[in-house]
Order: sequence, then C-alpha cells, then structure tokens
Amino acid sequence: MESLLVQYLPILIFLGIAIVLSVIFVGAAVLVAKQAPDDEKLSAYECGFDAFEESRNQFDVRFYLVAILFIIFDLEVAFLFPWAVSLGEIGVYGFWSMMIFLGVLTVGFVYEWKKGALEWE
Amino acid sequence: MDFPVEILPALAFYMFAAITVASGFLVIFAKNPVHSVLWLILAFFSAAGLFVLMGAEFLAMLLVIVYVGAVAVLFLFVVMMLDINFEELREGALDYIPIGALIGLILLAELVTLGSAWVVGEDITRNAAAPMPSVAEVHNTEAIGQILYTDYIYAFQGAGLVLLVAMIGAIVLTHRTRTGVRRQNISAQVSRRPEDAFELVNVKSGEGVSLTPGKKG
Repeated sequence: MESLLVQYLPILIFLGIAIVLSVIFVGAAVLVAKQAPDDEKLSAYECGFDAFEESRNQFDVRFYLVAILFIIFDLEVAFLFPWAVSLGEIGVYGFWSMMIFLGVLTVGFVYEWKKGALEWE
Repeated sequence: MDFPVEILPALAFYMFAAITVASGFLVIFAKNPVHSVLWLILAFFSAAGLFVLMGAEFLAMLLVIVYVGAVAVLFLFVVMMLDINFEELREGALDYIPIGALIGLILLAELVTLGSAWVVGEDITRNAAAPMPSVAEVHNTEAIGQILYTDYIYAFQGAGLVLLVAMIGAIVLTHRTRTGVRRQNISAQVSRRPEDAFELVNVKSGEGVSLTPGKKG
C-alpha cells in the first residue's frame, strides 16, 4: 500500500506545482496589473458588431451516435485489461467467459456495421 | 527540518475530498451548463485521486478514461444539442422545489441507510463480499481480474448485454438513412467492365447516332 502511494508521489508533487503556479500567474495578474475597467473595452469596437445569437450552437445528433458507439467499445476494451493481467490464474473458464462477452458485443458491432451507423452520410 | 511523509496520504485525501465536494456544489450552482460539465470533470478527476489513495488504481484510471474522456464529452454534447434557453429555464425552476426536495430526501434516506448498514454491519458486508487480497500482495487490476470473469460471470455477461442494448438503442433512436445521398460504391466501381461502360458505333456520314439511355453506366 505504502509503496503504491510512493509511486504516485511525483504526480502529487507535479499537481501541487501546477496548482501553485497557476494561482501565482492569475493572482499576480490581478494584483500587479493596473486595473481600469471600462464598458467600452468589452464592446465591439468600430469595425465589429454585436453578436446575432448565442455562441452555443445546436449540432447534429450524428456526433452523439459516434460518441456513444465509441464509449461502448471503450468500456469493452477496459474490461479486457484485468482479464489480460489475470488470464493465467482464471484459466479456460475465464477465457471463454471473455469470449462470450466479446461475442455478444460483436453481434452489436455487426448490426451497427450492416445498419450503416458507421458511415457518415 | 524533516517533513513527516506519513501525513501525506491524509493531506492528499483531504485535498481531493474537499475539491470533489466543492466542485460538486459548483456543478449545481454554475449559471452556465457548460461550466457545470467542466466542474463535473474536475469532480471526476479528484474522485480518481481518492481511488488512488485507496489503492484502487485501475478504477482511478478507468474513471479518468471513461468518465472524463467519454461521459463528460457526452454530457457536453447533450448540453450543446438541447435547444433550450437556460436563462428562461431557470426562471421556473422554483416551481419544482417540492418534487426536487422529495427526490433529494429519498436519496438522502438511501445514503443514510447504506452508511448505517456499513457502520453497523461491517462484518456482514465484509463476509458477503469476495475476500479482498491486500494491495501489497495483489495489485488492484489483477484482484479484479481474478474474480470478475469467473465468480461474477453473470454480472459480467449482464454488463455485456447492457452494452449491447445501449449500442442497438442508440442506433435505433438516432440513426436514420438519408435519402438522396450519392454514396461511393467501391465494389460496383471495381467490377465495372468496358462492355458496360461504352460501345463502339460505326457512324455513317450523314446519319446521326441514336443514344440508348440506360445502357451506358
């Protein structure tokens, strides 16, 4: 347990340095820089014009489909890691257990391919 | 001066726990829904830090890869896809206080039940669960692998079926074939023969050629 956490110590130190540095940069900008707020500084100046609509745009649901299909195979791969690590101990039973799992998801993959969900247009 | 290294895990725990709770509050109170999702990502990261402190590094990495890498992106997609003016949505939010309070109470009751069961019946939960090898002997990834695919095979295959249902459901709900799209059909292009594509016509002078439509592919 202790040795595990010691291995993560550099990451903790790195995290601490990152937090301290970012606080210093933002804090120094607030403290040192001369503050003279003015509405005109934030407005569209001369050649610009005010925005017509919000910057948040609707977009196509197809992006969502791609993302959700990605997440499913992402999880499938995540299940493979502990299986690969302990394959020597769980033996034939564990091997075929994973093969059934992969087979079930392959059924879904074939469905997805045949349905044309992987094609953009 | 010697720095007492032993207190580092406790310090790190309190830092990660505080960040998790604070960013959880900010998820709720942020005005902009996109900012809410960003605070949620911070909460996921600090929860991953808590997992590492417990010795569950596999779960920590999974949290970062799956939740930060994919689920948070899905949340952002949902936020971007909804055609809702969030300022207007907020105005009527106070009407939902009764039902919101009810759901909150139910969740609180569940958490209290779970927590008290954990405290009162510590031995029971420990005996009911699979025996957990110490992190020093077997690391987290291997410990999961040793039981997940054999002892918990039904839960594992159930997870596979849930993923299958999610995949098919997403396709059924969102996929629609678009008409009028000219797709490239590579096998048709490759299997095209010269005879299908053109014909040689011996044209006599003074006479035209009658085109046969449909013949030329």
